[in-house]
Amino acid sequence: MATPKSRSRDGYPGRALALILVVTVGLVALMFGTGNTKPRLGIDLAGGTSVTLTAKSDDPSAVNKTNLDTAVNIIQKRVNGMGVSEAEVQTQGNANIIVNIPDGGNTQQSIDKVGDTAKLYFRPVLAAEPSGAAAQQPSPSASASGGASASPSAGASAVAGSPSASASAPASASASATKAGRALSGALQADPTASASGSASAQPSASAQASAPAANPSAAPTPDAETLALQQKYAALDCSDKAQRLNYQKTNDPTAPAIACSYNDEQGLWYKFVLGGVAVNGQDVTKAQAVYDTQTGKGWMVDLSFNDTGSKAFAATTGQLATQSSPANQFAIVLDGQVVSHPYVQESITGGNAVINGTFTSDEAKSLANVLSYGALPLDFVKSDVTTVSPQLGSEQLKAGLIAGLIGMVLVVAYSLVYYRGLGLISIAGLVVSAVLTWSIMSLLGAGIGFALNLPAVCGAIVAIGITADSFIVYFERIRDEVREGAQLRAAVQRAWPRARRTILVSDFVSFLCAAVLYLVSVGKVQGFAFTLGLTTLLDVVVIFLFTKPLITLLARTKFFASGHPWSGLDPKRLGARPPIRGSRRRSTTTQEV
Amino acid sequence: MSLRNIGHRLYQGEVSFDFVGKRKIWYSISAVIVLVAGIGLAMGLHLGIEFKGGSVYTVHKPGLSASQAKDTADKIIGSNTALAQTTDKGDVRIQVSAQESIPATTFTKEFSQAIGVQEQDINAQVIGPSWGADISKKALTGLIVFMVLVTIYMAIAFEWRMAVAALVALIHDLLITIGVYALVGFEVTPGTVIGFLTILGYSLYDTVVVFDTVKENTRGLTKQSRRTYSEAANHGLNQTLVRSINTTVVALLPVSALLFIGGGFLGAGTLNDISLALFIGLAAGAYSSICVATPLLAQLKEQAPDMKALAKRVAQRRASEAKAKAEAEARGEEFDEVEGEDGDGEQVAAGMVGQRNQPVSRARGKGRPSGKH
Repeated sequence: MATPKSRSRDGYPGRALALILVVTVGLVALMFGTGNTKPRLGIDLAGGTSVTLTAKSDDPSAVNKTNLDTAVNIIQKRVNGMGVSEAEVQTQGNANIIVNIPDGGNTQQSIDKVGDTAKLYFRPVLAAEPSGAAAQQPSPSASASGGASASPSAGASAVAGSPSASASAPASASASATKAGRALSGALQADPTASASGSASAQPSASAQASAPAANPSAAPTPDAETLALQQKYAALDCSDKAQRLNYQKTNDPTAPAIACSYNDEQGLWYKFVLGGVAVNGQDVTKAQAVYDTQTGKGWMVDLSFNDTGSKAFAATTGQLATQSSPANQFAIVLDGQVVSHPYVQESITGGNAVINGTFTSDEAKSLANVLSYGALPLDFVKSDVTTVSPQLGSEQLKAGLIAGLIGMVLVVAYSLVYYRGLGLISIAGLVVSAVLTWSIMSLLGAGIGFALNLPAVCGAIVAIGITADSFIVYFERIRDEVREGAQLRAAVQRAWPRARRTILVSDFVSFLCAAVLYLVSVGKVQGFAFTLGLTTLLDVVVIFLFTKPLITLLARTKFFASGHPWSGLDPKRLGARPPIRGSRRRSTTTQEV
Repeated sequence: MSLRNIGHRLYQGEVSFDFVGKRKIWYSISAVIVLVAGIGLAMGLHLGIEFKGGSVYTVHKPGLSASQAKDTADKIIGSNTALAQTTDKGDVRIQVSAQESIPATTFTKEFSQAIGVQEQDINAQVIGPSWGADISKKALTGLIVFMVLVTIYMAIAFEWRMAVAALVALIHDLLITIGVYALVGFEVTPGTVIGFLTILGYSLYDTVVVFDTVKENTRGLTKQSRRTYSEAANHGLNQTLVRSINTTVVALLPVSALLFIGGGFLGAGTLNDISLALFIGLAAGAYSSICVATPLLAQLKEQAPDMKALAKRVAQRRASEAKAKAEAEARGEEFDEVEGEDGDGEQVAAGMVGQRNQPVSRARGKGRPSGKH
C-alpha cells in the first residue's frame, strides 16, 4: 500500500478499487443467485410477435397512466388467458401499450384479439343455452316443443326495456327464447353460475321464475331479414369452437341484439346467448370494486357504481328484467363479445349502485371488478405496429449483433493497444468491467422491471463501447499532455485527473441527457436504445471514477509505467516530453531521434 | 515525420492546422454540403413502410422469385399493388399498402398455402398508417426538447456563444446525415430515426470535448496581449486534435463493425439502419466540431468587446515586435521567453504567436542554443 504521503495526494485508489470489485462481484453473485444469468430478450431477438397498441380517446385527459395501467392488467389477462404463456404487456410512453407475445401457442389468434377494443356492455339476456359440439347439438327443431308461453313474452318485454331495436329483437327473442327456456332450465339445476372469469351469480332462480308473468305475447312482429340472420347465426353457433367465438358485438349496431358466448367453469361447458340491445354502456360505470360482504356472510361480491345516465338506464332495465322469467331475467355483462357474467335480477336497482354477488372467490371478484372498471374506461386502442419475427430470424439478428459487438470490442482493444500500448491494457480492463456490469445489470433488470434486450438496445450497447473508450482516451491524452509538460508520471496522473474528470463529466452529461430525453419522449424500439445508452453512460462514469482512475494511480507506482517504459504508452521520450527540470522549458528535440 | 510524434508536435504547436483562420474554406465546404443535402431533402426522403403504414411479409423460401411472390400476393389482396423484392439473404420481402385491409393472419395463411411454406417461415409486420407520423412527431419533440435543454446546459456550463456554436454544428450534422439519406435514397426507418437521434448526443459529445479545452486554453486570455481568441482557440483545437481523432475512430470502430456485420450478414435491417445513420453522423460530427463549431465560436467571440480590444492589442504588439525583431534578431528570442511565463503559465509553448500556418517555431527552436537540454 501507499505511504501516508502519497495517500493524501493520490486519494485512496485501493478503496475505490475494492468498492467496485465488491459491487461487481455482488451484482454477478446476485445474477447467479437469482438465476437470471442472461438478459431477457426482446421479441425481435427471441422471435415472437410484438403488438403496439396506441390509446385513442376523444377526451385526451382520459389517456392517462392510471387508465393505461388498468388496460395493461386486463390485456395481460386476456393474452395469457388465450393460452400464451409469458406474454408481456407494458405501457410505453404516454399512450402506448406494447404486447410482446413469445413464439409458441396461438400467436396469430392472440394478435387479432389483443388489439380489440375492450368494450363493456350490459345487455339483457334474451335467450341462452349450452353450446358445445359434443355435449349438445342444438338444432332449431329440437327446441320448438318446450316453449312455455312465458318465454316469448319474456323475450319481448326484455327487449322493450332495452333502449331500442325493439322491432327486430322480439322476433329473434321469441324464436330463440323457446329453445333457451328449456336448455337453460336444465342448466339451472346444475347451478347456472357462469362467466369466463369464473364469476357471476345465481340468485335463487326460483323466485325469478316465479315472478315471470304470463305475459301478453306482445304482438310478435314478423321476423325481418336481419333477425332471421341472427337467428341462423345463433343456431349455427358452436361456442366450443374457438374460431366461432368471435366478437359478434363488434359487427353490428350496439343497440341491436347480438349473440355471444360464455364459459361456465364449473360445468366446463360453453353457453351461448342472444342478447338484447345495449342497456347500459360500460363507460357509465364509475367504479367497480370487489368487496367482502360481512353482513350476510355471502362472501365476495362486486360493488358497482354508475353515473347518472348509467344509473337511470340500469334502474329502468333492471326494473324490466325483474319482471321476467328465466332466462330473460338475467343481465349479461359482456366484455369483448364474451359474456363475463350474467347475474339474475330480482328487483329494480335504483340509486346508481349495484351489487353482483355469487359464489366468488376473492380473486374472481377482483377480476370481475377489474373487468368492469376497465370497461368503464373511455379508451380505444389502435394497433399501430404488429411485428412478427420468426425465432430463426431473431437468433440470427442476435448473433449478428453479438458478432458485431465482439468485433467492435476487438477493434477498439486493438486500436488502444497499438496506440496506447500499456495504457491500452487499462482500457481493456475498464471495458471488461463495464461489460460485466452492463450484462449483470441488464440481466437483473430483466427480472426486476421486465427490461428486455432488443436489437436497438444491442446497438446501444455496442455504440457504448465507443463512449466508454472515449473517456479513457480523454484521460490518457490528458496524462500524456502532462508528461509532455515534463511531469513525472505519478504527478501527471494526479494533475491530469481534474481536467479529464471535468471533460468526461460534461460530455457524459450531454450523452445522458440525450438518452434521457430520447427515453422519455420515445416509444418502442427507440426506448430500448435510449435505455441502454443511458445505462452505459452512467456506468462509464462509475467505471472511470472507481476503476480506471484508481487503477492508473496504482499502476503509476509501478516501475513499468512510472519509468515510462517504451511499451507503457507513457514513454516521455516518445511523447516528446520536456526535461523535467524547472526553468528549462524548451522543447526537446530528442523527439526526432525516436 | 512519423505519425506517433504528431500528437506531441500538435500539442506543442510545432505543427498546427489553421482551422479557425481558414474558417471561410470550411464554411464554404459545409455550405455546399448542406446545400446539396437540402436539395436531396427537397427531393424527398425515401420513407420506409413504418411511415406509410401497411404490412411487410418476409418469406423464407429458397427458390422463390420476387415476381412469383408478387403474383401470389396480388391474388390474395385482389389488386396489383403488392411490392416484392428479394433480400440479400434470398428471402422475399413483400409489401402490402395499408389501403389493402387484409388481416395479416389471413394473408400469411393464404400465402403459405399458395406457395407451400410453413406459416412460421413468414415474418409479418403490420404498421398502422399513423405509426410513422407518431414516431416522427415524437422524434421531433425529442429533438427540440433535447436541443433546448442542451443549449441551456451549455450556456450555463460554458457560455451562450458556445451553446450557439454547438447547436449550429449539431444542426449541420443532422442536415448532412439526413441529406445523405435523401440523396442516396436509403430507406428511412425507425432504426434510422434512432440513429439520427443518437447523433445528437454524439455530435455534442465531440463538440463538448473540444470546447472544454478551448475554454481552458482561453482562460485569462484578456490578461495578455500575445494572441487573439481565435489563435488560442485554434491552438486548443490542435492540442485536442489527436484526442478528437482518437475518440472519433474509437467511436466509429464499433459502429462500422455493426454496419458491416449488419449489412453483410443480415441484409437490410435494424442493425444496418441504426449503424448507417450513426456512421454518417459520427463522421459529420467529428468534422463539424473541429471545422464548424470552433471557428464559429471564435468568430462569435471576436465580436465581444473585450476580445475586440484584445485583438487590437495583439496587433499592436506584433507590429512593434516585428520592428524590434528586425532591429535585433537575437532579442526576439528573449521576448518569447519572457512572455511565455505570463498569461498561460503552464502550457503555452514559446513562440506560438503568429505561427499558425507553418511550423516556423520548430525551425526556430532548432536554431536556438540547444545546450539547455
